[in-house]
Amino acid sequence: MADKDVKIRAQHKGDVTEVKALMSHPMETGNRKDQKTGEVIPEHYITEVNCQHSGETVLTAFWGPSVSKNPYLSFEFKGAQPGDTVTISWVDNKGETGTGEATIK
Amino acid sequence: MSDVKRRLLLKATLASGAIGVAVGAGLLRPRVVLAAWPEQAFQAKSVSDALKGLYESDAAVESADIKLKAPDIAENGAVVPVEVSTSLDNVKSIGIVIEKNGRPLAADFQLTDRFAGKVSTRVKVAESSKVMAVVESGGKLYSAAKEVKVTIGGCGG
Repeated sequence: MADKDVKIRAQHKGDVTEVKALMSHPMETGNRKDQKTGEVIPEHYITEVNCQHSGETVLTAFWGPSVSKNPYLSFEFKGAQPGDTVTISWVDNKGETGTGEATIK
Repeated sequence: MSDVKRRLLLKATLASGAIGVAVGAGLLRPRVVLAAWPEQAFQAKSVSDALKGLYESDAAVESADIKLKAPDIAENGAVVPVEVSTSLDNVKSIGIVIEKNGRPLAADFQLTDRFAGKVSTRVKVAESSKVMAVVESGGKLYSAAKEVKVTIGGCGG
């Protein structure tokens, strides 16, 4: 259960902070078949993404398998300053996790 | 395990302990206390059931205060960028629903008062479909929709 990386960029513009994050995950729907063996590839997708600013949750995303492979998430929030930390972590339906951290520019 | 994680784990453990007591005492309904992954909504096969699973109602009113940005034509249904922005106040959550997908609910964003009005992600759209954004604000549901044409499907590779 290796903790996988989340790539994050957080930029301060005016009084809002724009966060862009990229996760590395197959996001399998359970509808696809392995092209060689013909076996169904089991569901494997991120169910929850937690975004925190200096330890306080600013956004939680619940996802289903309809979110694209290697998911992209972007949002804007208020109340942060350049130099603060943004942390994003996810957990998938198999209990695997990923996390990443960035400093707001 | 890093310090931050240990702290999170500790927090989570303490929180769920307290909630367990509250639920056990019949004080609170679990769905309200701890926003857990809404399985029923994600497994739902229709838009209406998905919304009922999330909000216990599917009565969303179309609103001009929600902007849903998505391509008119998606060359690749596996990666369709969707951006939702809203000028509504007190936005509690935003859902993204794809009408023709086997399981229409794609994402449910739980927000706080620090949300600044914009969220975006990329979703799979199996076939040409209406894509909907549902915004929960002040205890009411508002929506915006857009038709996305898909030339290559997002499911089945």
